[in-house]
Order: sequence, then structure tokens, then C-alpha cells
Amino acid sequence: MSQSAQAVVNLNEVREIVTSIMSTIKGSLSTADLRFYHELESLSNFIQETRNEILSLQPKDIKDNYIPLATDELSAVVEATEEATGSILDAVEKIEALTPDLPPEQGEIVGNCVTQIYEACNFQDISGQRISKVVKTLQYIEQKVNQMLGAFQQELSSSLEESTKTEKIVDPLNPDSLLNGPQLKSLASSQDDIDALFDKL
Amino acid sequence: MAVDLKMPVLIVDDYKTMLRIIGNLLKQLGFVNIDEATDGSMALSKLRENQYGLVVSDWNMEPMTGLDLLKEVRGDAALKALPFIMITAESKTENVVAAKAAGVSNYIVKPFNAVTLKSKLVSVLGDF
Repeated sequence: MSQSAQAVVNLNEVREIVTSIMSTIKGSLSTADLRFYHELESLSNFIQETRNEILSLQPKDIKDNYIPLATDELSAVVEATEEATGSILDAVEKIEALTPDLPPEQGEIVGNCVTQIYEACNFQDISGQRISKVVKTLQYIEQKVNQMLGAFQQELSSSLEESTKTEKIVDPLNPDSLLNGPQLKSLASSQDDIDALFDKL
Repeated sequence: MAVDLKMPVLIVDDYKTMLRIIGNLLKQLGFVNIDEATDGSMALSKLRENQYGLVVSDWNMEPMTGLDLLKEVRGDAALKALPFIMITAESKTENVVAAKAAGVSNYIVKPFNAVTLKSKLVSVLGDF
């Protein structure tokens, strides 16, 4: 048989096969139905991919570790600024108490400086209020994460490990992992602790 | 009428540093009798038990805000004429409108300075 004759035969075979397949499909599936089916399939795949992406965010880890860490650090900021401002005010009040004993010109200069310091110390109140707003925002995010956790409860319990508060493992090959910033007061080592460790090494 | 700088003044704020700052600035202006409260409820109890000539209050406090305290003061026959200055970081128009509607004597926005504090005191109490 010639090549062109072989090609004609193959096309016929293909047509027969397709006709045979189409005749086995039950019901009357129109092109529109098929298109609709393909759209549904794409949508289903998209939903599954999105769910997988959300699960990969590890919302339990966000809720159990990152949000509490953020709120703890912010509370530490407020506490530290309050302490520092208190120390500043202690010192300034002592200075102010001495101004009546100063020569009038100097007393006035010192008095004005004391007033400026009092005014500047407003910062502690303002920053504390701003931080409270951030904490409330984090609490709102935590609520939303909780809702997400509720929605994916089954998938989370089967696919994710229980998240625990883990210590950062120091990887000596990754110098960045030694950058942790200030520790919370309850966890921080004192200078005496550091000195004792240093002397041991 | 001269302002009596010996009059008891009640400062209300949930931040202890603000109580100190406002207290010290009032002392610089000559006020000598200064009391403190850390929220509206404590302030209201003190106001009902003692005589004060002036209240200087923050707004954002819990459980009772400065605005709620102001409304209680203005709603109490024994306290309603008490000069009441709000010192607060709340600076939106609606805040000022609400405070004014509730009967605030004057309104200072944080951060504030000593000159502003004095001018508002003068506007409320008279020259000193």
C-alpha cells in the first residue's frame, strides 16, 4: 500500500474510534456541557491548590508562635519605655528641686530645660497607645487565623505536625541565625550570667 | 476672681508617667494640691468623696473612659459645675465634638506643651 493510502486508512480508523467513544457516552452531552464540565474541573483544581497553599502557611504555627511572640515583644517595649521614662523623671525631679538654690539666670535656664524634658516624655504615652493599637490588630488577625484553623481542622490534624514553641536552632553555617535581637525580660541573661559564662569559656 | 492655686486638682490617666508629667507641670504653675486616679471609675469615687476644684483627664482608659467620666460628672448635681479639661491623644473631629457635647471645659491634644496647658487652664479658671 502506498504512503498516502496508509494515511487515509489511519484517519478513517481515528474517525471510527472517536465515533465509537462518543457513542458510549451516556446522555446527550453537548459541547456546552463539556465546556461547563471543564470549567468545573478547573475550579475544583484551583480550590484544591488554594487550600494547599493556605495549609502550607502553617496557620497553627502563626497562631501558636508568631502572634504571641509579636505581642510579647510589643508588651516588652511598653514596659521598657515606662521604666526608662520613670528613671528620666526621677532624675529630672531631683534637678528641678535644686533650681531654687541656683542663681536666677541659671535657675531659669535649668527650669526651662526641665519643662522641655517633661514635654518630651509625652512620647511614652503616645507610643504606648500606638502599640496597643498594633496589639489589637494582631489579636484580630489571630481571630481570623483561628477561623481558618476551624475551617481546615481535618486537613491540619492529618497533614501537619503539632506545633510547639521551638527554640531557634543555631546553624553555625548560617550566621544570620545568631541575630535574635533583645530577649524578653523573663528569658534574658543578666550581665552576671554572661560574665559567669564568659569566664567559663 | 483670683485663682486659688491651693485648690485640690484631680489628674486622671492610666499611664503613670503621664500622671507624673501633668502633676509636675501643674506644680510648676503653682498648684500644690494634686491627687491622682488611674481610671474613670477611681476618679468618680474620689470626686464623690472629696472636693476638687479641677479635673484633668485622659480619654482612653478602661473600664471607664474619660468621656464616660465627664458624662457622669456633668450628670451629677453635686459635680456638674466642676471645671473638666480633657488631655488626650484622641484628636479626630468627632472626639472633640463628642467631648464638647458632653460638657468638657477645654480640650488638649497629646503631645502637649506647658504653654498650651497654661493657656487652657487660664481659659477655664481665669488668669493666674
